[in-house]
Amino acid sequence: MLNDKELDHIAKLARVRVAPEKREQLKKDLSAILGYIEKLNKADTSSVEPLYQTTGLVNATRSDEPREEFPMTEKLEELLIGQAPSRKERFVKVRSILSRK
Amino acid sequence: MDKGKTSAEELFNYYRDKIDAENKNLNAYLTIFDFPNSKFLIPNSLLSGIPCAVKDNMLIEGTRTTAGSKILENYIASYDATIIKKLRNAGVTFLGKTNLDEFAMGTSTENSAYGPTKNPLDTSRIPGGSSGGSAAAVAADMCVFALGSDTGGSVRQPAAMCGIVGLKPTYGRVSRHGLIAMASSFDQIGPLTKTVEDSAIVLNALCGHDIFDSTTVNNEIPDFTATLNDPVKGLTIGVPKEFFDTGLSVEVSERVQAGITKLKDLGCKIKEISLPNFEYALSAYYIAVPSEVSANLARFDGVRYGHSAKDGENLIDTYFKSRTEGLGPEPIRRIMLGAYALSSGYYDAYYLKAQKVRALIKKDFDDAFKDVDVIVGPTSPNTAFKIGEKVSDPLALYLEDIYTVPLNLAGLPGISIPYGLGSISKMPVGFQIIAKSFDEATLLRVAHQLEQALL
Repeated sequence: MLNDKELDHIAKLARVRVAPEKREQLKKDLSAILGYIEKLNKADTSSVEPLYQTTGLVNATRSDEPREEFPMTEKLEELLIGQAPSRKERFVKVRSILSRK
Repeated sequence: MDKGKTSAEELFNYYRDKIDAENKNLNAYLTIFDFPNSKFLIPNSLLSGIPCAVKDNMLIEGTRTTAGSKILENYIASYDATIIKKLRNAGVTFLGKTNLDEFAMGTSTENSAYGPTKNPLDTSRIPGGSSGGSAAAVAADMCVFALGSDTGGSVRQPAAMCGIVGLKPTYGRVSRHGLIAMASSFDQIGPLTKTVEDSAIVLNALCGHDIFDSTTVNNEIPDFTATLNDPVKGLTIGVPKEFFDTGLSVEVSERVQAGITKLKDLGCKIKEISLPNFEYALSAYYIAVPSEVSANLARFDGVRYGHSAKDGENLIDTYFKSRTEGLGPEPIRRIMLGAYALSSGYYDAYYLKAQKVRALIKKDFDDAFKDVDVIVGPTSPNTAFKIGEKVSDPLALYLEDIYTVPLNLAGLPGISIPYGLGSISKMPVGFQIIAKSFDEATLLRVAHQLEQALL
């Protein structure tokens, strides 16, 4: 069963806060899922490499040349950052990252 | 329309009228569009003037895309997904965006932040998920066809629940550019249709290499409609014995066995096969997918778009507040699971292990396909259950995916076709067919003829 310290740690990694009244149920649910997944340990994987994707494509790159699909116009700016909740001219505004301390 | 008996506008309005009449009850559509102003008909295109519904995790420029979440409640798509562009080029019209489990996570559409969708065949039951809105729209004749996305069964299972056809192409066939990403090495877009032939027509329009999605392959695309009626006699059908172990309901098993018998009647050879690592597939899936989810949903931070908490004390507080306020319980569960599985000290035991098991599962299929042409079985262990029956038990919902997730792990194409009603629930049963990578032609051929044999 996940303990409080572990729950706090993964909530912090996930950048979410768990309301006090939801903690116990979440610990139960996550523990049940993790418990179910424990059965993976019985599989013998000593002879295989991990399979991260199934197409077998490797280094699918394009030529290093400008494709000019998105000319920098006013419309593009609007499309790209038009929905940012906080903007100033062409810039997206965010709260302070570095504190003065 | 070719014969002048109806026009594209009349066809569109026919479906609009049906949506206006039934959507309040079924909640299949989240956003409904008007008939397009600009010209859209494309000469010599089978799909010209055909109206479709699009799952609300695919971007259509200038329209609301919610992903079934409050965090994107007012998000307006800033570009067309590649598949939307392709369908436009074929002359398709769009009726609207359909409901889904939040961020495509779920098997019942009960996880949507906008209320569940009801199964048109029995409105006390779920339509399946996560593409439940799309499946309901097709089943209730509120569109000609719909698009869904399938990460662990989300096109095939709702098709099975609603008694229609759902196809998941081989991973790499169809571009994911403009599909809100859930698990990048699993997601594929696929059509939900009334017939297998329709599925082949739509697949023709969707496939293709895309410069904006480097996981798409450059393979030749056959005309999937051309070989539908080629004989299936002599094909070998693999039936995995592990599919018929405990957990499969009797009524589903009966219908699937009937389908296998019918294939035998059509002249196919039936061969029992083994997928020895099948028992680990669901576990591997529920480690690997939440891990990829935790990375893909990190972008929802309230900075560039979506819900943003106004009262954060600093940047990181804004992240915590925006995400906690905007994301529903299932995404939060999966992001936390993923963060745990990828975290230092656990990565090897969980994520790496899961991807090694993934290799074993793919190998099981590759080995089986040396001896058989297609593999068949149930799409889902049960028929459509009641709304509310399983929603408070996440693990019970995960177990509904047991027959669909192996294909996403191995990247294989699969289709679910309706094969009668369960004798107890009287709800549709889905018969699943699985083919080798990039062999949708054989997949569709077998599916089409089995479908025709049932008529």
